Amino acid sequence: MDMLAGKVKKTSLNLDSAMNPTDVLERPIRLTARDVTVHYGAKQALHGISIDIPDRAVTAFIGPSGCGKSTFLRCINRMNDTIEGAKVGGTIKLDGEDIYAPALDVVELRARIGMVFQKPNPFPKSIYDNVAYGPRIHGLAKSKSDLDEIVVSSLRKAGLFEEVKDRLQEPGTGLSGGQQQRLCIARAIAVGPEVILMDEPCSALDPIATAVIEELIDELRENYTIVIVTHSMQQAARVSQRTAFFHLGNLIEQGPTEDIFTNPVNKQTQDYIMGRIG
Amino acid sequence: MATDIQTSPEKASNDRTRIIRDGLRRRHTSEQIFRGLGIAAIAIALGFVALLFVDVFRKGVPAFVQSNLHLSVTFDAEVIDVGPAPARADFPSDAEYTAASLKWQRDLALLNWNTIVEASLRKAAPEGFEIDSRQIQSIPETNARHQIREMFVRDPSLLGQTVEVDVLASANAANWIKGNIDRSLGDAQQQLSAPARQLIDTFVENGTISNGFAWTIFTNVDSRAAPASAGLLGAFVGTLWMMLIVVLLAVPIGVAAAIYLEEFAPKSRLTDLIEVNINNLAAVPSIVFGLLGAAVFINWFHLPISAPLVGGLVLTLMTLPTIIIATRGALMGVSPALRQAALGMGASKTQMVFHHVLPTTFPSILTATILGVAHALGETAPLLLIGMKAFVASVPATPLDQAAALPVQIYLWQGNENRNFFEPRTAAAIMVLLAVMILLNGAAIYLRSRLEKRA
Repeated sequence: MDMLAGKVKKTSLNLDSAMNPTDVLERPIRLTARDVTVHYGAKQALHGISIDIPDRAVTAFIGPSGCGKSTFLRCINRMNDTIEGAKVGGTIKLDGEDIYAPALDVVELRARIGMVFQKPNPFPKSIYDNVAYGPRIHGLAKSKSDLDEIVVSSLRKAGLFEEVKDRLQEPGTGLSGGQQQRLCIARAIAVGPEVILMDEPCSALDPIATAVIEELIDELRENYTIVIVTHSMQQAARVSQRTAFFHLGNLIEQGPTEDIFTNPVNKQTQDYIMGRIG
Repeated sequence: MATDIQTSPEKASNDRTRIIRDGLRRRHTSEQIFRGLGIAAIAIALGFVALLFVDVFRKGVPAFVQSNLHLSVTFDAEVIDVGPAPARADFPSDAEYTAASLKWQRDLALLNWNTIVEASLRKAAPEGFEIDSRQIQSIPETNARHQIREMFVRDPSLLGQTVEVDVLASANAANWIKGNIDRSLGDAQQQLSAPARQLIDTFVENGTISNGFAWTIFTNVDSRAAPASAGLLGAFVGTLWMMLIVVLLAVPIGVAAAIYLEEFAPKSRLTDLIEVNINNLAAVPSIVFGLLGAAVFINWFHLPISAPLVGGLVLTLMTLPTIIIATRGALMGVSPALRQAALGMGASKTQMVFHHVLPTTFPSILTATILGVAHALGETAPLLLIGMKAFVASVPATPLDQAAALPVQIYLWQGNENRNFFEPRTAAAIMVLLAVMILLNGAAIYLRSRLEKRA
């Protein structure tokens, strides 16, 4: 029913959040970051980022290229671990639990925090296997019919099921770019994550596919905490309830999206939004 | 110069176009020269390959034809006077029966079977043809007598009967028939006496000698006493054993090492050192691997000399660097997006490698492996050093038996003193080796295209 409600009220501009700009921070805080720094070798990429990310809302990270927004996003599910020479400092907590604690298993963390990448990257396997992969490795389905159900419901939630229901066994790489990205979203959803990180999910897509994904993001926030990195300020304005502006590795300003775009406090934020830096 | 600056923009534009056009001509010329050089290089390379193939085929194809002698052999009871074969019923125990059988066979072996062969040859010769015993014996291959004895051992009821038997003509007779030896040479330089040569020609005319496809090349082992019957079976099976060992050892070890180094090993001085050394190992001359094999496997582990096991181990060492380098190259080529997708889903590193990275690189790894194995099978030098150049006239039943290998067999035949006969045979062996190589390479190409299509 939630999904249906989401479909009905979807609009290109998010009226809900625009009318109640301070609404979302009153929700429970899912993620808290304090003084997060990242070094790539000798080069410091992030300088003491502190931010709270609320439950079941879309938080957008904006900023010019190389500002550290993607780097910070990758700290949240520890994808930076895979980069040689990357060092992360400070603390990030998911529901009060330090995700950089030695006892924490990164595999479990990534099952709780899903990720969608800039370029659609489905596995070179069938559509079905793409979505079933996560549940399979995490042992989430007890039987074949369980798995079928997860796959179908994930594809439905990603708004892809109707388009692919007759060709679930065909390779996921054969879909169009926008469909591939929705397949990647379905794949992430299939594990039942609490948080979904999206790293410029529409930058490789055409405007129509972008609009479809944006609508989807708007629906998904009913059930998931979403953090999205985007180059496009319009996109941030359309899909997010909170926005954080990054510049040169610093978090310059954060707040309700409405406020950031209509009444930025910081000069640099103003300049960026007015298109003077970018 | 001052006037140049003041010229109109149109003139300046025309000048620019002219300069570019002049340069263009030079650029096109250099491109054409480069293309010409490239085509010439390819033509030269292909020319030599074509030359090699033409030469090998021209020499090798006649070796696939053998001269057979059709004889009616009489199992003369006067010659074969060893009494009837012992029957099991006449003996109280198995041991006694076996002893009697062996004695009977030994007695048979002591008989002069050559007289039977000679008699059948004389029967086929024209009435009253004058040729002495030694001369007429030089026409059939020396294994004819064994062949006829074996027939009798298998079926003692042949005693006194006359049966049609095909035996091989001797290597010298074959040379004479095929024209491998100059027919105009004098008696002193001919391998066969004048009456023998004359009789051979008569046999060819009356159909006693005819040519057929030389299946014996594939079904017989090497032979020195009876060169015309020398075949490749022993060497082929030896090569197969080695291939089995290389595939079973080099592939899993090489691929596992590559996966570990590329995906799991922390980047450190040690892994850098290992990487450099693997690259160096790939460039080590194969004969050095042979020495290593002789020192380690034979002197130290006391593995048998001339065994496919040792050969396979040496070739494994030789192939490992190739497989490791090729596999690492393939793993390196996997897009980071695929790795991130897997890790982002919460796959562990091992799951990422085995669920996603390996399946996508499988075709390249497979191709590299097949090519590496094919390359190893063509190696001769390391095998010589572990004793595989020994003359072995048996099919190795296990990898621990003495064996030859195809490339070594080529080397041995190339060195045989009966040049006239063994030159074609060597070329034939090369053809068989090349066929094996082409088959393996073809399999690599086929599997690659098939697997890539599926992925």
